[in-house]
Amino acid sequence: MNNNSLWSDAIYRLSRNKAAMLGGLILIMLIILAALAPWIAPYSYSFQDLNLGASPPSADHLLGTDILGRDLLSRILHGARISLLVGFVATGVALVIGVTWGIVAGYIGGRVDSIMMRIVDVLYGLPFIIFIILLMVIFGRNLWLLFGAIGAVEWLTMARIVRGQVIGLKNQEFVMAARAMGVSNLSMFRKHLLPNILGPIAVYATLTIPQVMLLEGFLSFLGLGIQPPMSSWGTLIKDGVESMEEYSWLLIYPGITFTITLFALNFFGDGLRDALDPKTSDN
Amino acid sequence: MISIFFKRILLAIPVLFAVASITFFLIKIAPGGPFDADRAVSPQVLKNLNETYNLDASNWEQYVDYMSGLMQGDLGPSFRFPGRSVTEMIATGLPVTFELAFYAILIALLMGVFSGVLAALKRNTVLDFIPMAIAMIGICVPTFLMGPLLVLIFGINLELLPVSGWGQLPGDKILPSITLGFAYAAYIARLSRGGMLEVLNQDFIRTARAKGLTERMVVIKHAMQGGLIPVVSFLGPAIAGLLAGSFVVETIFQIPGLGRFYVEAAFNRDYTMILGTTIFFSAMIVFFNLMSDLAALWLNPRSRDAS
Repeated sequence: MNNNSLWSDAIYRLSRNKAAMLGGLILIMLIILAALAPWIAPYSYSFQDLNLGASPPSADHLLGTDILGRDLLSRILHGARISLLVGFVATGVALVIGVTWGIVAGYIGGRVDSIMMRIVDVLYGLPFIIFIILLMVIFGRNLWLLFGAIGAVEWLTMARIVRGQVIGLKNQEFVMAARAMGVSNLSMFRKHLLPNILGPIAVYATLTIPQVMLLEGFLSFLGLGIQPPMSSWGTLIKDGVESMEEYSWLLIYPGITFTITLFALNFFGDGLRDALDPKTSDN
Repeated sequence: MISIFFKRILLAIPVLFAVASITFFLIKIAPGGPFDADRAVSPQVLKNLNETYNLDASNWEQYVDYMSGLMQGDLGPSFRFPGRSVTEMIATGLPVTFELAFYAILIALLMGVFSGVLAALKRNTVLDFIPMAIAMIGICVPTFLMGPLLVLIFGINLELLPVSGWGQLPGDKILPSITLGFAYAAYIARLSRGGMLEVLNQDFIRTARAKGLTERMVVIKHAMQGGLIPVVSFLGPAIAGLLAGSFVVETIFQIPGLGRFYVEAAFNRDYTMILGTTIFFSAMIVFFNLMSDLAALWLNPRSRDAS
């Protein structure tokens, strides 16, 4: 029952799940494309060919151009950088807050636990989307603020999951043995508890990324997220909607890209969950 | 049951109070006043404006003032639309948003529960796979993409339905309601499928079948009551999501509801409007969460009998 066998079992199960593997493959490709965007994109994302205007897909511009004559494929590739960056960074923020909160509440227990979890309950019931909008309005539409604000919203479920796991671990022999040996709380968290809950954390993190990307898309769509000249998939979709009557490809290609990415993330996350926790895989 | 109810209401009051206070002070620290907008105003005018809206009082005085107004349902005047109060504007937009949300929830429940229950009963058949695949689409295609796509297909290409408005042309309520409801139909389908599968394996279902009840009775009377508890618990949080969805849907379809007012207020920096709607939305969400929790408690015989 060591860690390696759990993970190698999981990898084996994951590798047999075709939908999840396809999702994972698409994700890896997207990440590579996004990382290499400045080098592989056929044009710069801001290069305008005003004579061209909005043109349908052609040999020069595989996905067509927008109203300002900018190459859509290049803009989608560059948008991938921002969209994926928001997805990963904001999930990272949520992860750090949620895991810390959950471990502390679960391990210390008692009154601290009930106060901390009551706070989570209360925050759950609030319209956070409105607070994000509020923050963006008050402090300006800043990329890092967006990361922080989205992360600060998405940590709640993570805290609950981690707390549940820690409570399950707390009374096991190895934790008691470690405590008896006088291990400090901090190294207890880092060395004993955290490695044992990595599975659920990984699963939930994978499933948080699409939610975060949706949230970013939503804000950008309303004009409250990423600001020009930067563009994310959300802003591309917004631009596409504004001109969809004449130039429908401007909506359709960014839309397809965004949807495929969300599909890939969801399938991969579901597969990971099934692989790490075979009990739940049946439903 | 009743004691839980009162406990939850008592908890909700300080929460709303805190939300109102935090929002109030957040807006106070926002850079820039509401009147230093596009055109410059003379100092005298600015002074008068500040006096009219009581902005030259100390923050603390304004806070006390606002809170006592709030107790009486007065959310102050709108900065952007002189002569109109925030309460008035909420009252104009609310019925529209409610109607939209009501249709959306109705669509979501009808489509979601029907396909979820069917999928659970016909597990691992085509009737399971197809609805669940559609549900996955509903979850992965965001509202802000679904809406425009529906407009493009049904409004612009097929010219079947109006592309915007609310209550002005026949059928103009259909696309917004479907757009908003579809994502929730997808979640509800997945939840009711999962819940039903869990319940259908339990002994009391076998007993019901052994008693010789018809399959329809078993499903409707026995299985659905337990199997749909997850759906009921989901409805509370779904209301919060519906609100966020209404921001998008009302913007896409140009519906004069609360969601669009909020987004416009955010753009115009109409601080009193933002403050008022935030408090109002929070109150609504807290209320609906409470209702859905209580309904779920009540549906579950174990927790119902315990108290």
